Amino acid sequence: MQDQILTWITFLPLLGMGLILLIPKTSLNLIKGVSLAATFVPMVLSTWLYFGGFKHLTPGDFDQARMAGDILASQFVQRVPWIDSIGVEYYVGVDGLSIALVWLTTILLFIGVIASFGMEKAGKAYYALLLMLEVGISGVFVSLDLFLFYVFWEIMLLPMYFLIGIWGGPRREYAAIKFFLYTLAGSVLMLIAIVALRLDSGTFSIPKLTELAAQGKLLGANLPAAGELLGMKFTTWVFWFLFVGFAIKVPVFPFHTWLPDAHVEAPTPISVILAGILLKLGGYGMLRACFPFAPSAFHEFAYVLAILGVISIVYGAFVALGQTDFKKMVAYSSVSHMGYVLLGMGAFTVWGMEGAVLQMFNHGTSSAALFLIVGVIYDRAHHRDLNAFGGMSQIMPRYWALTTLGFFAALGLPGLAGFVSEALTLIGAYQAGDARFRTLVFISLLGVVFTAAFLLWAMQRVFLGQKNPKYLDFEEINFRELVCQAPLLFLCILFGILPAYLLDWMHPSVQNLLAILGGKA
Amino acid sequence: MHFLEFNPQQDFHLLFLSFVLPLVGYTIQIFFGKKLPRRGDWLLTSFMFVAMSITVLMFAKSLWAAYHGQEFRHHSGHEAGLWFHWLYSSDAAAAGTPNVSAAIYYDSLGAAMYAVVGIVSFCVHLFSIGYMAQDKRYHIFFANISLFTFAMLGLVLSDNILFLFIFWELMGLMSYLLIGHFSHDPSQSYFHRWATQACKKAFLTTRVGDTCLLIGMVIFYQHFGTFNFTELWRLAQEEVARNGGQYPTWMTVAGLFVFGGTVGKSAQFPLHIWLPDAMAGPTPVSAMIHAATMVAAGVFLLGRTYPLMSPEVLSVVAATGTFTALFAASIGTTANDLKAVLAWSTISQLGFMVAAVGLGGVVAGMFHMVTHAFFKACLFLSAGSVIHGCHHEQDMRNMGGVRKYMPVTFACMLASTIAIAGIPFFSGFYSKDMIILRAWENVLGGHFDGASFFAAVALPVAACLTAFYMFRLIFMTFFGEYRPGTVPSPFAHHGGHDDHAHGDHGHDEHGHAEHAHAGHGHDEHASHGHGHDHAKHAPAVHAHAAKAHDGHGHGAHGHADHGHADHGHAAHGHGGHGEHAKPHESPLPMLIALCVLATLGVFGGHFWPADLGHSLAFWHHAHTWFETSVTLESLYGASAPIERELLGHAGHTAHIVALSVSLTVASLGILIAYLIYGRGWERSQRIAGKITGALGDIYGVIKNKYYVDEAVGCAIVVDLEAKGNKRYEPDVSVIGGSVALGRALSWVDKNIVDGLVNLVGRTGRAIGVGSSHFDRVVVDGAVNGVGLITQTFGSVVRLLQSGRVQQYATFAVFGGLFLAAWLILL
Repeated sequence: MQDQILTWITFLPLLGMGLILLIPKTSLNLIKGVSLAATFVPMVLSTWLYFGGFKHLTPGDFDQARMAGDILASQFVQRVPWIDSIGVEYYVGVDGLSIALVWLTTILLFIGVIASFGMEKAGKAYYALLLMLEVGISGVFVSLDLFLFYVFWEIMLLPMYFLIGIWGGPRREYAAIKFFLYTLAGSVLMLIAIVALRLDSGTFSIPKLTELAAQGKLLGANLPAAGELLGMKFTTWVFWFLFVGFAIKVPVFPFHTWLPDAHVEAPTPISVILAGILLKLGGYGMLRACFPFAPSAFHEFAYVLAILGVISIVYGAFVALGQTDFKKMVAYSSVSHMGYVLLGMGAFTVWGMEGAVLQMFNHGTSSAALFLIVGVIYDRAHHRDLNAFGGMSQIMPRYWALTTLGFFAALGLPGLAGFVSEALTLIGAYQAGDARFRTLVFISLLGVVFTAAFLLWAMQRVFLGQKNPKYLDFEEINFRELVCQAPLLFLCILFGILPAYLLDWMHPSVQNLLAILGGKA
Repeated sequence: MHFLEFNPQQDFHLLFLSFVLPLVGYTIQIFFGKKLPRRGDWLLTSFMFVAMSITVLMFAKSLWAAYHGQEFRHHSGHEAGLWFHWLYSSDAAAAGTPNVSAAIYYDSLGAAMYAVVGIVSFCVHLFSIGYMAQDKRYHIFFANISLFTFAMLGLVLSDNILFLFIFWELMGLMSYLLIGHFSHDPSQSYFHRWATQACKKAFLTTRVGDTCLLIGMVIFYQHFGTFNFTELWRLAQEEVARNGGQYPTWMTVAGLFVFGGTVGKSAQFPLHIWLPDAMAGPTPVSAMIHAATMVAAGVFLLGRTYPLMSPEVLSVVAATGTFTALFAASIGTTANDLKAVLAWSTISQLGFMVAAVGLGGVVAGMFHMVTHAFFKACLFLSAGSVIHGCHHEQDMRNMGGVRKYMPVTFACMLASTIAIAGIPFFSGFYSKDMIILRAWENVLGGHFDGASFFAAVALPVAACLTAFYMFRLIFMTFFGEYRPGTVPSPFAHHGGHDDHAHGDHGHDEHGHAEHAHAGHGHDEHASHGHGHDHAKHAPAVHAHAAKAHDGHGHGAHGHADHGHADHGHAAHGHGGHGEHAKPHESPLPMLIALCVLATLGVFGGHFWPADLGHSLAFWHHAHTWFETSVTLESLYGASAPIERELLGHAGHTAHIVALSVSLTVASLGILIAYLIYGRGWERSQRIAGKITGALGDIYGVIKNKYYVDEAVGCAIVVDLEAKGNKRYEPDVSVIGGSVALGRALSWVDKNIVDGLVNLVGRTGRAIGVGSSHFDRVVVDGAVNGVGLITQTFGSVVRLLQSGRVQQYATFAVFGGLFLAAWLILL
């Protein structure tokens, strides 16, 4: 079973989904039980995979893997021909870049299912779609075949559309369509790039494509006019098409406006998954299927990426400061935090890149916790106006304590996870050894200060000060809500103190990636 | 091996134990504190006692080593192999990338600071048992001060600047929580509203400085590739040597950024604004922040990074420190709030320390940090005792004559005041004199740079002001007659008698033995919430309390109301009010804490017995225990920036000048304070009125703290006091501007960035609608047309479709050729 563990992790939820579809709508408890099991087992498997199965590779192992034709040195590889006529394979595996995200996916989906138990409207279709979503997300992280990657990418899109569009807030249809069209636009660009890559290289295999690109053999030579189009090189086209596709998902300024709408309208568990894991697909996609295919273009435009990252950091923080809606504020904080991912990747240093990968994981835990926190108060007050609360810490002290932890994790307090990734990113960007990057680091520090500002201001408005008499009867955070938040906050603390438990896993692959992209490893 | 000799095999473990004990205590307390007997205070206090004992023992070892001429610089990684590999679990895992590993670094300065933190924190714990007895979040309070201590202990032990930063920020969080302690307790009405804003202000203001420190740290890392202090010192020295004895420009830039961290944490101008508002926290927290943690961290950082600072940076440091010392002292003379005077005094004294480092007198600066920690902690706790005794009054105009009621507190506070004023034989004298000496040495020794000259002139003025406002405090608070209610005070709980009396109850419990049972009942009541017991207990207490207070039955009512409040009922009517009750001395735990700190505040400059003979000869400066154990050499080893030590002919003259200046300004300050405030309240008001009248607008500016808070946009106290009238709205200020920018960008995001997206969407839809018309009319028409054509075409082709294979083949071949020709030709 070990060889197929990734398949099990990916497709067990699909099995769950199938079961749910067979259960009558009325046996809601059974449906919930099946969803719980169908997300719990993958979580257990991926936890074992993370701590037990996954081997920490040495540089020597990477050399061997390269000789054997897998430049990424993926583990738990399963490779079966799928559509022979165009050379599509079912080709999955994990490496240091994806393993933590696979783990995070299974955790967040499990938490998402528990969080959904509080939703009255959530029924058979909801849980089925939720499980389908997990299939899509896990699939993207484990795919090593570009076509398969794309298929999973699209599978994920569909349930998300319905989950927001059916179970969302008042403007759910607008938000869902916006999300769908935006992401679809990105997907189309990706598809064009994928087809072009296939036509040029004759393969969909991500490791193979990476290798070809690293050897400088992926320049569009097999395409009409040697890949030149409108005066731009093939690699540039591929880079930008893939980049925009992924940037929409991250989201990077100026492609971010779907995010606040989607978050505000989405039900809490969906927001958690959206912020916690869907956004990471963008950053992961860039590392897996954008930069490695067009290294020269990446180097050419690295600074542009970093600029976009810094704009996201600072702009996101200021816009969050201007919000009055709690959830929208948290949504913009995501824009701000994901900016670090781009800054770190653009810096192209070990710590910059590693900070970016780490930031994806850490933002996954902290932002998911924040959305759960917003959900708790929204469930009670049925609104999210930051100015309409007050004194909540006296009414719900335990909830306040958890929120404090979540807020400080989000604002990058040392000792909590966010700090490690932000600091690594900033140091890494500074190390890029170039005055332009240093300027960016200085500017991004504005974001550090203002992130603290909007979070603490929100803290003051919601939790401190005079009690709002309307809300005196609010019940303290309940067991289910606690169970959802506590593990995430625990991870924030754990990886703040012991970042080695993430970095040891990521480090070899990040070094390998830098080597592939032709940099200092 | 002598038992006072440092033993790396065992002592690092002890140090580690003393460092984690508060954390362990915190964890237990957070989860179980509410259920523990006495809500866990004994647990954390005893943990802190153990930790303190270790810190003191270790400190004794450092002194022993110093007196035996041994080097005292210990590193757990190099000596005992104790490392904490942080980023990657091992160097193998790092695979060539630099790892970040931390270890314990324990040198003479660290030892002194570590002991100070341990002692002050233990005293604060002890004091809080009495002071916070009636607090609703008593167990949380203890947990938080323990974690606060943990952060500071970690900061002191860090061997690298990144870990220092981690603990530094953790301390920021703890100060946020502790300053905001009352923001969760509406019964403290004034503090409730104040703390709500003050905690945020403190965190964000220091965060600005922290960000500077972060970037400074990153710049140093970029060039030196390490965060480790000893490595940084060595590399800095090499870099300077390589650069022909000059500090390169980047080091100046980086040094300024690192200093930015100190400016934030140690409340130097212009980031000092958070510290006066940190008074919104409970008084024991103020003692922690002002003495052992937070503000001391900034100065400690300067001690740790001193060899990295270029002369240009040091000039800036000296000028900033001197300016802050003078600036804050001037404000301190106008404050009427007991704690506010002490807060401004802290800022001013921190200015002295910072200036000392800037002047090259890093040892003097660190010495002042240590002595100041003791007497300032004592001053704050004494102030807390006074406030506690005066029924939560903080305005000195409503005090007076308190010495009669609180003799122990008075003695402690007076001793500390003498120490801070700089009277010989008291610790503050030695350290402050050393700083002034340093300034004069620089001036007389030919280092006639602007900063040194400024410091040589301005620091004595600040010292004079210090003596003045501290004795003003003593005279206003402790002398004359008790005069409650002279001025309306926001601290008196006019709107909340219940809370007021509730606070009073504490002294019934502790001050009068015969009320022990009542107090006990009360305690039970509060922590376990036996609402039904209330009726039974209250009348009994009432009788006792009424007797004890000579007819002022507030204590009893307080109790009754407290019981009610706990159970969510509205407070009902009651008679007596604390305002007219006499002050009373504080309970024993508080007094013990005060006495310990006062003793150290007095003898902190020379408490090591072997040193006694020397220190009596107070003009002979080089013989305080601190200077024996902490020298530049002992701090930075081989990389000590010796060249900046000024010695020689200037020394002797400077000693005499500094000594005379110190003595003169201290006496002058005390004399003025006596002349104005020491001769009766009415007279003092008359004289003070004349002086302020003569000063006119200048006085207003000083009184309003030079309007710095207004410029930043966070004048909380002004805002609070303007309640009812026009609310204070900052028009043009840093914060107002930032929020406005945030709102503007939100508008842009919603209407322009998203507007574009919607425009694209709408355009798309318009095209869609258009094309559906097009589809129906044109495309569908075309399809129909095509259908027609096909029909026609079909009938033509039918002619070709003969069913004969050869004919098809011919068509195919010709077709293929045609296609091929087309492809080739194009």
